[in-house]
Amino acid sequence: MKATNEQTVLERAKQALNDEFLRNAVKLTTEKLKNGRLSAAKQLGNWEEWRERARQIRQHTIAHLDYYLNQFADQARKQGVHVHFAKDGKEAVEIAIRIAISKQAQTVVKSKSMVSEEIHMNEALEQNGIESVETDLGEYIIQLAGEMPSHIIIPAIHKNRKQIAELLSRDANETLAPDTAVLAGYVRKKLREKFLAADIGMTGCNFAIAETGSIVLFENEGNARMVSTLPKTQITLMGMERIVPTWDDLEVMATMLPRSATGQRLTVYMSGITGPRRPDDGDGPEEMHVIILDNGRSLQLGDPEFQELLHCIRCGACLNACPVYRHIGGHSYGSTYSGPIGAVLKPALNKNVLEWDDVANASSLCGACYEACPVKIPLHDMLVYLRRRKNEAGAGLCSEKWMMKGFKVVMAKPHRLRAVLKAGRLGQMPLVRDGAISAHLGPLKGWTAYRRFPALAKPSFRERWPHLQAELKEKARRASVKEHVQLRLKQIREKRTKKTGGNRDE
Amino acid sequence: MKVSIMITCLADAIYPKVGEAMARILARYGIEADFPQLQTCCGQPAFNSGYWDEARASALTMLEAFQESDFVVTPSGSCAGMIHHYYLKLFESDEARYRQAEELIDKTYEFSRFLVHVMGVTDVGAHFPHKVTYHPSCHGSRLLGVKDEPLKLLEHVRGLELIPLPYAEDCCGFGGTFSVKMSDISGAMVSEKVDHVLETKAEVLVGIDLGCLMNIAGHLRHRGQSLRVMHLAELLDEGMGVTA
Ligand code: SF4
Repeated sequence: MKATNEQTVLERAKQALNDEFLRNAVKLTTEKLKNGRLSAAKQLGNWEEWRERARQIRQHTIAHLDYYLNQFADQARKQGVHVHFAKDGKEAVEIAIRIAISKQAQTVVKSKSMVSEEIHMNEALEQNGIESVETDLGEYIIQLAGEMPSHIIIPAIHKNRKQIAELLSRDANETLAPDTAVLAGYVRKKLREKFLAADIGMTGCNFAIAETGSIVLFENEGNARMVSTLPKTQITLMGMERIVPTWDDLEVMATMLPRSATGQRLTVYMSGITGPRRPDDGDGPEEMHVIILDNGRSLQLGDPEFQELLHCIRCGACLNACPVYRHIGGHSYGSTYSGPIGAVLKPALNKNVLEWDDVANASSLCGACYEACPVKIPLHDMLVYLRRRKNEAGAGLCSEKWMMKGFKVVMAKPHRLRAVLKAGRLGQMPLVRDGAISAHLGPLKGWTAYRRFPALAKPSFRERWPHLQAELKEKARRASVKEHVQLRLKQIREKRTKKTGGNRDE
Repeated sequence: MKVSIMITCLADAIYPKVGEAMARILARYGIEADFPQLQTCCGQPAFNSGYWDEARASALTMLEAFQESDFVVTPSGSCAGMIHHYYLKLFESDEARYRQAEELIDKTYEFSRFLVHVMGVTDVGAHFPHKVTYHPSCHGSRLLGVKDEPLKLLEHVRGLELIPLPYAEDCCGFGGTFSVKMSDISGAMVSEKVDHVLETKAEVLVGIDLGCLMNIAGHLRHRGQSLRVMHLAELLDEGMGVTA
């Protein structure tokens, strides 16, 4: 499925919901990843304490981001790295192209980078006549298909093996069997030539270590290691929030990221790269550039509702936990980043409220994302904040605005609620069959397409209360265990007055 | 001790029997709960849609209604969650209201939590000889942290066979206005939930949140399934009626 941006989330989602292949593929893989995370967390033990530690590290780093960014840049420069700051995607792309042109580069090999997707690096390279080759298997597949990644970790999660075999067969000009070993073998062979011929290796960055100016890459295929050792020039793209202060902090992140992403205790490869090749190094690039991208990130700093967005370590756990994502896949979100984190990042990053589509509405606010997140980002709260900001900017739906005005009038006074319920009972009479409504009418239409709607009860609890009260009085009088219960209530009430902790969850 | 019922708009208008069941259970333990008439709705429908002024107007009735109460008990994990999780934020710019909100949070309990943690009751002495499966609602379990309480209460019911619900923690797709605005996505979610419920071959589905139960029951009926859907309070009350 290809998604276009002119459509709304719901329109894209509807297409996805009708695509059984897609839904099965996404369901199968997210479930595997989710179960992997749960068992890895269990095996590690003290998961909640690890999460809290990871959250604290991220919070501290982001709160002092300017300091650590400077430290990183200083240290990296000391190691001989060219450090560039880009305020937006356009600037980042220009810097990269300038480097490529100065090297007279014809081919760039790339390892997986969400920032590259975010700023559409491949298109820019191609436009400048430079061949750009993704070397991560999943990225290679979606590059062939001309699509966006539909998952942060597994870019081609929406494709099943048969579809992938078809794509690669076309690429190979021969029929390849839909067998993982065959398909991966073909790509590996094809990429080997590209690695050797490439002028530039372009990588992403999972973490950047401020104290030594190093970048750290987590991967499973070994391609990032090739990308960062074979070509003479390396360009690393990193979001400005990728920093951690020290290698000790990385240890916590290295504990959380692979476990949260795929359930692995560690990825197959983890590379720490400090500067370009030194004289006695066995391999590595002669020249190394790091492009640090802002692109709306710094707008979150100091925003109490959204600063935590920068804590994200892009593990994808929230996607795998999200029931909405599971049903509609990543492309329905209409942006590079999908799932719960994408639903918040996309509108929040550039704060252009009026241009938001309704991606923040595509959530039941179930909180599964928060529960899964290794750094405890309250995405479900942020989705509500986004909805509020959109309304505050006057961009809410008109019909909804009137409904909510009505809500306010009615709910502010109990006698109004009582009157509305009475009127509602009269109004519903022609629609009710066996205590429920199934007519496809007005605002109920969406509901009754999948569900029957229960009728309003007569009498309501409020109306019934005077009668009920007499019955309850009699029951309470005859109760036999009351002293014990009353004593407990009294004790808990007293404890609360003494402020030794009430009944708070947070 | 003044124990008050927070009925929630859904139970008030559509499921008054749930409120009655809850009140009767409390009465059996000598707690004569009252019902402050000022209350309307916790404000969640407006709040979650991003209409906070509207939510505040409604939430104010809650702050006022329960000022004199020592405990507030509600048959909804979602509404209790709304109060616990969002009222401070909702009233953060009004000092007096903020303090009232703090007080309300400290005394507001979801029904099963009130039974287990405040009253100290896990065995209500009920008898309910049926196969039952339990759907933990997202707001009750994730926002409010009510996880074991309902199960503890169910485990002690005589004759009740509790069948674990596969993928129990998956959202049923309700999400308030989400179910109307994004009805196709919500529909896919509830349909998957109902598949899992039917898989258990249980006779009764029980839960602690009427929004989710209304959603799941609505889809069950839509598919012509007659499986009984009950709030935990109704199940316990019915089971106690048998033994009383
Ligand atoms: S928001 Fe949390 S769970 Fe989602 S990708 Fe970021 S770190 Fe991972």
